[in-house]
Amino acid sequence: MPEITRDEVAHLATLARIDLSDAELDHLAPQLSVILDSVASITGVAGDDVPPTSHAIPLTNVFREDVVVPGLTAEEALAGAPEVEEQRFSVPRILGEGA
Amino acid sequence: MTEIVRSTAAALAERLAAGEVTSTELTEAHLDRIDAVDGAVHAFLHVDRDGALADAAESDARRARGEARGPLDGVPIAVKDVLTTRGLPTTCGSRILEGWIPPYDATVVTRLREAGLPILGKTNMDEFAMGSSTEHSAYGPTRNPWDLDRIPGGSGGGSAAAVAAFEAPLAIGTDTGGSIRQPGAVTGTVGVKPTYGGVSRYGLVALANSLDQAGPVTRTVLDAAMLHDVIGGHDPRDSTSIAQEWPSFTEAARAGSTGDMTGVKVGVITELAGEGWQPGVMARFQESVDLLVKAGAEVVEVSCPSFVHALAAYYLILPAEASSNLAKFDAMRFGLRVVPDGDPSAEEVMRATRDAGFGDEVKRRIILGTYALSSGYYDAYYGQAQKIRTLISRDFDAAFGSVDVLVSPTAPTTAFRLGEKLDDPMAMYLNDLATIPANLAGVPGISVPNGLADEDGLPSGFQVLAPALADDRVYRVGAALEAMYAEQWGGLLLDRAPGLETE
Repeated sequence: MPEITRDEVAHLATLARIDLSDAELDHLAPQLSVILDSVASITGVAGDDVPPTSHAIPLTNVFREDVVVPGLTAEEALAGAPEVEEQRFSVPRILGEGA
Repeated sequence: MTEIVRSTAAALAERLAAGEVTSTELTEAHLDRIDAVDGAVHAFLHVDRDGALADAAESDARRARGEARGPLDGVPIAVKDVLTTRGLPTTCGSRILEGWIPPYDATVVTRLREAGLPILGKTNMDEFAMGSSTEHSAYGPTRNPWDLDRIPGGSGGGSAAAVAAFEAPLAIGTDTGGSIRQPGAVTGTVGVKPTYGGVSRYGLVALANSLDQAGPVTRTVLDAAMLHDVIGGHDPRDSTSIAQEWPSFTEAARAGSTGDMTGVKVGVITELAGEGWQPGVMARFQESVDLLVKAGAEVVEVSCPSFVHALAAYYLILPAEASSNLAKFDAMRFGLRVVPDGDPSAEEVMRATRDAGFGDEVKRRIILGTYALSSGYYDAYYGQAQKIRTLISRDFDAAFGSVDVLVSPTAPTTAFRLGEKLDDPMAMYLNDLATIPANLAGVPGISVPNGLADEDGLPSGFQVLAPALADDRVYRVGAALEAMYAEQWGGLLLDRAPGLETE
């Protein structure tokens, strides 16, 4: 049975950029183990000869004419932004202290 | 007013055409009904009274000029809050999008506007469509109009409850693993998941983009078909949209409503029965199958052996795609931004925002998806799940080699009580057992009300699945079954729903 430890959940939360509280970690780890245990039944069901399916109705190379069509105005694109400065998205600092 | 809100969309369309009623009257009647019952049902997250009435007035003016844009011009509709609506809030049931007003319309919404349907408002849903009960909405659950202590299904519980409570004659839902069909089954309404690619996903906030499909939520099969004819068809803005001409689903539903199933081969799926299936749901299912036989259909049992793995494959593919799709909620360009104390970095802002903005189920699935996509686990989980997807498609291909449609109960049980499965994710996931295979294989499916379970007097649903692109078959068979029940019952199943107290 695949176990997922509290530490692993904490690591995954870091990868997924979600701060999880101690209470959430305590709650999530056993729940994820139950889910993983249930889905583990598929391991080994399909052999190497079975190709994977990413989309059920496969379409490839959808092209269109390269014509100019109106897009969003800057105001529209910025309308939902948490913070705006000089017609741009204003974001927190990217680099660490002293970088 | 009662008579207006209880009419089918098709009947309202005829009365509009005959000049017996105006769109303004229809829209006002539904807005009044929303005022009267939605405090108890909570199907809507946002009601756009002014916008809907303005649309209705324009529709009436068009019709007066002889320029009605189609049969449903002037018939109001509710839209699930996962489709973007220009100028109207779109939250996806999440705090992270609270107050967001999209600068553009989803293609489905554009088509509704072009066809003249006034938009009453946006309906409640499980957060980002993750759930089978609408209890995972950040804005509180929707309640089942049949019993306000029970769930209306999910994720599109708001759309299903809106039509079941006569707050809207029509609604739009989206179905990733059953979110149109399962709410239909537990509320005694009709829901259709079209062929993947049949209805544009442009402006549909993606949960799992390879599975998501928008479709009609209605009280009758004909209404669903008429709505499908409005929203379906190729859209160059969705690269997975199928570029072909579709037949008229309205005509398919009308043809089916004669109740003649002569020459139609129906396959009963062996694997979608047995342990965990409520006896009352199975009893109603058997009666529906018997009715189809009586109508001239040939019924055989068909085994789809890989379906037993569908749920597991789905709960790997869906979280994997969802964890990737929801990465866009990064607190930078739209939605919530939570800034921790001090001089936090962009990453710290992101982490704090996603913690505060996402609910439990969304976090669970993002973590699960991140796990399934991690190196070392990718082949064992995600890779294997994609192969199961192939096996499920092959099962469908083999089955449709010998039958025209496949049938099963839509959901294993009737509506359960609010809170009953909220903290037991696997129990919640099992609700989608019968609906998930269609999403994995991209095939169309309908749920049609087929009676009340003996144990609890609550609605059950009958699912009809057809090969990809053969959506007309689900309308034909669905309409036939509905017509036979209408004769038996003297009307719709919803006629037997207890009345709601009005405010």
